[in-house]
Amino acid sequence: MHEWALAEAVAVAAAEVAEQEGIASAHSLEVHVGELQQIDLEAFEFGLRLICQETERLTEVVPRLVIDPARLACRRCGHQWLLADSLTALSEDEREAVHFLPEAAHAYLGCPACSSPDFETVAGRGVSIAGISA
Amino acid sequence: MDPRPAITERRLAGVRRILVVTGGKGGIGKSSVAAGLALSMARAGHRVGLLDLDLSCPSAHVILGIGESTPEEDRGLVPLVAHGITFLSMASFTGERAAPIRGSETSDALLEMLAVTRWGNLDVLLVDSPPGLGDALMDMVSLLPRAEFVVVAGPSPVVLAVVRRTLDLLRRVDAPMAGLIENMRAPADPVGAIAAALDPALPVLASVEFDTGLAASVGDAERLASSTFMRQLEPAARALVPAPPNGD
Repeated sequence: MHEWALAEAVAVAAAEVAEQEGIASAHSLEVHVGELQQIDLEAFEFGLRLICQETERLTEVVPRLVIDPARLACRRCGHQWLLADSLTALSEDEREAVHFLPEAAHAYLGCPACSSPDFETVAGRGVSIAGISA
Repeated sequence: MDPRPAITERRLAGVRRILVVTGGKGGIGKSSVAAGLALSMARAGHRVGLLDLDLSCPSAHVILGIGESTPEEDRGLVPLVAHGITFLSMASFTGERAAPIRGSETSDALLEMLAVTRWGNLDVLLVDSPPGLGDALMDMVSLLPRAEFVVVAGPSPVVLAVVRRTLDLLRRVDAPMAGLIENMRAPADPVGAIAAALDPALPVLASVEFDTGLAASVGDAERLASSTFMRQLEPAARALVPAPPNGD
């Protein structure tokens, strides 16, 4: 599963931050997950917990996941919309492509107002670490 | 905080050498050279990866006749293997559709590919870079500190002007240079003339004449492998991965 690779990235980065901030044993790790990437949250959280248990400074961590709704903005006409409004237009294969690489969305989605594929992801693209604490 | 940069070097830990094929100008044969080098190295028994980083207009899969099927998902992305080449391209995700990716999204897509792709053990990973000196090239310098650059140049004054800028930029960011490949050289012109017009100190890895039959080989790896283009490119493949296959 691709979620495992993302969980590994989060754990490696979180352990680096913990070391930089002198946190010997972190207990809280807040991770934001962008809606655009269409991550299987259960698989991601399972992987993250497992990897953290094997990672120095993170063995006691309880990850907290926060979903960021994906908001897109058209660079051509300025219209903004939520990804959730467009998702039903995507086939399973197209969703999978966006899951692997969120920027592939430009191939399959267009602005609901002017149909342009030239849009930017204003919020909710992928995975980010919001905070880590003892 | 973006967690992806922290994992990229680990993902490439099994890769001995990273070579970015660049040149700045579109149409000078970067993708043909990158695909040709990969094919030549793979046929010599080396473990070769090819990453097509032209996100909007990928073409290495067309040159090598590789389909657009999606990579496997197994604790990350597992690239396709075709003609002995471990291969990843944006085309696997966008098919034949246009995807106008620009600005910070270029960096995001590149970083995502580097963060989740499991390349395994490779003697060399070739990276086919898009035209231009902007986002993608600077990202490769920043995100792939081990990368060495193979510069492709042709004889046209227009190409030479752009390649000079490319060389200037790569020097200013202290990017390691693997050498120069002369491409589309007129048969009457001497080997080394293109390099001499750019920087005589740059090692010439290969000097490839303009091959009028190359277009007919596109999409057919067997035919490509026996082309004049590939025969003349082969010295570069040997120079860039001189070690015995698999490091034995």
